Parts: sequence; C-alpha cells; structure tokens
Amino acid sequence: MFTIPEFPALQEAVSRATEAEIVQALHSERPGLAGLAALLSPAAEPHLGAMAKRSGAITSQRFGRTIQVYAPVYLSSFCANRCAYCGFSADNIMERRVLTFAEAEREAMILHQRGFNHLLLVSGEAPAKVGVDYLEEIALRLRDRFAALSIEVQPLATEEYARLFRAGITSVAVYQETYDREMYKQVHLGGPKADFDYRLESPSRVAAAGMREVGIGALLGLSDWRAEGLALGLHLAWLRKQYWRTGLTVSFPRMRPAQGEFKPLQPVSERNLSQMIFALRMFDPDVGLYLSTREEARYRDGMIGLGPTRYSAGSCTAPGGYGQEDAGGEQFEVGDSRSLAEVSSAIQKKGFDPVRKDWDAVFQIRGDGQQAA
Amino acid sequence: MLTIAGRKFRSRLFGGTGKFSSPEVMKAALEASGCEMVTVALRRIDLNNPADDIMRVLDRDRYLFLPNTSGARDANEAMRLARLARASGGGEWLKLEVTPDPRTLLPDPIETLKATEILVKEGFKVLPYMNADPILALRLQDVGAVAVMPLGSPIGTNQGVLTRFQIEIIISQAQVPVIVDAGLGAPSHVAEAMEMGADAVLVNTAIAVAGDPVRMARAFAMAVEAGRIAYESGLGAVSKDAAPSSPEDGLGFLR
Ligand code: SF4
Repeated sequence: MFTIPEFPALQEAVSRATEAEIVQALHSERPGLAGLAALLSPAAEPHLGAMAKRSGAITSQRFGRTIQVYAPVYLSSFCANRCAYCGFSADNIMERRVLTFAEAEREAMILHQRGFNHLLLVSGEAPAKVGVDYLEEIALRLRDRFAALSIEVQPLATEEYARLFRAGITSVAVYQETYDREMYKQVHLGGPKADFDYRLESPSRVAAAGMREVGIGALLGLSDWRAEGLALGLHLAWLRKQYWRTGLTVSFPRMRPAQGEFKPLQPVSERNLSQMIFALRMFDPDVGLYLSTREEARYRDGMIGLGPTRYSAGSCTAPGGYGQEDAGGEQFEVGDSRSLAEVSSAIQKKGFDPVRKDWDAVFQIRGDGQQAA
Repeated sequence: MLTIAGRKFRSRLFGGTGKFSSPEVMKAALEASGCEMVTVALRRIDLNNPADDIMRVLDRDRYLFLPNTSGARDANEAMRLARLARASGGGEWLKLEVTPDPRTLLPDPIETLKATEILVKEGFKVLPYMNADPILALRLQDVGAVAVMPLGSPIGTNQGVLTRFQIEIIISQAQVPVIVDAGLGAPSHVAEAMEMGADAVLVNTAIAVAGDPVRMARAFAMAVEAGRIAYESGLGAVSKDAAPSSPEDGLGFLR
C-alpha cells in the first residue's frame, strides 16, 4: 500500500536544498527524490531557465517533436461531494444534468467531426447517476469511433476498472487534489471523497485492473505546491515499482474561478507551475505531462516543447456544452478557448506536430481476435 | 545489395516515422536518408483513412511499408494488430514489437517468440525487435523470422551500441539479416554497427529530433555507407600491443 509521509516532513525536505544540491540535480541523469526536492525548492528558482532547457531536451528525446491533443466530454454535473473549491459541489445551487446516452454520443461525435480522436470523459462524483453501468455503456458506444477513451470520474473498485477496461476505456485519472492530509480534511466537507486513503489508493487499483495508463495530480492552490510536487514524485516512483506495465501521467490543474467563489488558499504563479513541471520531467523522463485549457493561451504556447506532452483544446466544461452553446453549469472557466485548429496551428508554429491519434482501440479488445462484449 | 525475404534493398538504412515535427519534415528527412524501408506505428495511423497525416505523405511505391506493433504488451495484442493491418491493406511485412514496460520499451523475449512463430505460419514476413540475445536470435530465426532486429541500447537513449559483444555473436551466427535497431544516436554509432557487420540499421529518434532532421538524415546515410564499405574492405585487427612496422625488428639473431 502506498503511504504518504506527513506533509510538514515533505515541506521540510523541499525547503532546505543547498545550491550545490540544485546544481547536482540539474546535471544528473537521474536526480532521484533528493534531486526532485532540490529542484522544487525556493533556492532553485534562479535556475528556472536552466531547468526549462533540460526539461525541454529530455522531453524531445523521449517523446520527439510531438504533442498529443485531446478534448474532455463532461457527462454530468451531479456530485455527492462537498468540495469547498468546486463549482459542482453538492452545496452549490445550480441546475444539474446528466447526459443521456444519445446526448453523450452526440457530444462525442461533435468532437469527432472537429478532428478529435482522444477523448477524456469527465463527471462529478455521483455513482447513483453516473455509475459503472453508465460508463460502460458509453465506452461501448464510442470505442469503435475513437482511438482512445480516458475517464476522470469517482474512484471505483478494481473489478469496476477492469470492466471498463474491457469495455474500451484506456486510462483513468484520479487526482488526489492535495497530499496534505490536514488540508484535505478542511476542504472536503462531506461525501465519500472525504476518505483520503481510499482516494490515495485509487491509482493502484486502476493499475491492478490492467488499465493502460493512470493519471495522478494535485489541485494547485490548496496547499504548498512544492511539497505536492515531491508527493507526486513519491507516488510516481511507487507506482513505477509496483506496476511496471502501466503508463503514468501527471496533470497540473491550477485552481480556476468557479461558482462558490472559493479563492486559492496558496496561490501558485505561472513561474511556480513551470518549476513544478520542469522538476517532474527531470525526475521522470517518461511520464506524460498534461497542460489543460485551465491555463491561458499565452502560457500554453510558451510551454510547448518545454515539458508537457498533452494539450487539451476546444474544451467546454459544461455537460452538453458542445452541442448547446448556452448549456451553462460549467465546472470552471477555461483559460484558453481556442479551437483544435487554432491550438494545432500554435503547436505547429513552435515546430511540433499535434498528434490526434496515438493509440488504437484494437489494443483494447481482449481475447484472440474476438471483440469483447 | 541487401536481400530480405527475397526483396532487394540498395540502402542499408531503414527509417522511422515517429517523433517528427511535421509530416512534411518527416517526408523530406526520409528522402534525404535514401532509405527504402520505413517503419510506421500502427497506433499512429488510420489505415482506412487516405487523408491520414502520415499515409498522405508516404509514397508506398517508393518505400517498403513496415508497420510496427508498438504499444502491444503481449503476443495476443501484437497479433491482433498485425492481422488488422493486413486486412486493411497494410501488407504482410511486419516489425514485431512487444514491449510490456511503457517506460523502457524493452522487448519481451517470450511473447515475441510466441507471436513470431504464429504470425510466420499465417504468412507474415516478421522482423522482430529484440533484446540483443544471441540465443533468442537463433530461436527467432528457427521459427521463421526473415530478419532479426537487436537493440543497440534502449530506444530513444542515443547511447549507441552498448550491446556490442552480443551483437557480434548474433552477426557471426545468423543466417538471416541482422538489423541493429534502437539507441543509435549518432552517425558514428551506425558506422560502428555497420563496421561490425550488421546488415542494416534502423534510425528514427536521432533523425527526427535533430536540429536539422534533413541534414542529419544525410549524415546517417553517409555513415551507414562508410561503415559498410569498411566492413567489406576488411578492417585491420585490433591489438593492444604496438605493431612494429618492420615485422622482423628484433629478430636479427635468427639464422
Ligand atoms: S471536485 Fe469533484 S468530487 Fe468535488 S465537488 Fe467537484 S466534481 Fe464533486
């Protein structure tokens, strides 16, 4: 079982780096956890330029001059949890909706026509409305038309993940939100999500179920981002050891304005975010790194080639929002509202290839030649 | 001329299509490399879509199209992908890659052997990507692989021919062509592999991510040629002792 050290101990580790340790980490092939702590430290800030350079070089080497593009489909705005920072929190009065199968299919096909081949299916955490049966049905309906389907929904049991894998889901993201147990308690006011440990073990269950890829992340703005970065490194390293067949990714959701007017408790600047991305890239050269449309176009364009390997584009965070412009009820406001074509052309301008297909549903079908289900 | 499964190749450099900054750069680099065989990841292309970015720029008359099964974690997945590719016009040539560890992308020897055996029986011309294990190379040859593709070092690492002593054994024993694949990061690395007697090399990352991929492709092509000519001309033996230029020096006492 993965256990996370107490947060103050992580904070202590990222605060005491010496100049020599930082320089060593910068020049090391495998900086390790001590190196990661050094690169996340305040003392490493003056080295941001050198970190960007190393991070970019490693990323090119491992991923080539390519960036994968994808789009999210929001399936439902119902949620059983009361997370202080989220627009979907059960505490917020808003019109809620869950897409019917036909509506979900329609949303997906709009994205298909816009050129998307990789989809991320997202929902609030309401197992009664969006349970594993619902997700399975959607996967079965979409699997033959998309190269890859990922989900970001409530944590599930291992057997449920395995079922979704057979139905065509390739990867699962479960963000811990914060690895700071105290802060976790403070912002998760009610609902099943309040169980820190069950959530912490979710990525292991995803991997144990045979999923191709598992995504982890911390919501930036809740607690000390430097210590969150070190926690992410620990989590990655542990998952790599336990589940060597599973691909790993990290996302960096920075808090966005949302209904409920929650203000970030510990603001994270673009410089901070960049430092975190570069440090994790140097720590794990092979991890896939996401940069979503939460960030502004200017920043996203600037980061092309420096570390992130996956960009979302043309995103709408309201269920039904692609087919219906004024659907309302978004989870948060996006910072980059450009279309796939616009984001792709920005990627190309930087000398990178926006890759729309880097998977094939055929990998997913179990058994010899026969389709499952 | 190099012959693989009855097909002749003038160039001993094989190219890849991944990691390029654009399909156009890929096309120009492949042209500059002079290669006649290119490998394409089946997971990256849409075989049924002629407008697919990669398929659009690849001239199938000019290059032998070598689909690869990158992403497959076991024999079943690789075989499924191979059959699907053939059914949609991908041809029967196949670079078999079975790499269960998404981080190192090292090939699984057991699953690779299993899949090779079955796919050969189904009529595929299988070129398996493999670790540089001499016995495995023989086993793959025995079950009908048309060439073997041992790695020089882990893919994308640019570390060169770290598996040199095993590759030397493979070359000395193999009856099928030996194509050194993966880890070749500089023209000097491919020259080394060719000097050792490799029949061909496959280079992708080092060309795709170079500052100028087109000129780098040219550099690799020249190095392959130089290495091959050196091999064919017979390289001098390596010795730790200085060789006297007059071999009789110091032997004046002999009658
Ligand atoms: S963060 Fe997730 S679980 Fe929490 S309220 Fe929002 S949608 Fe629900």
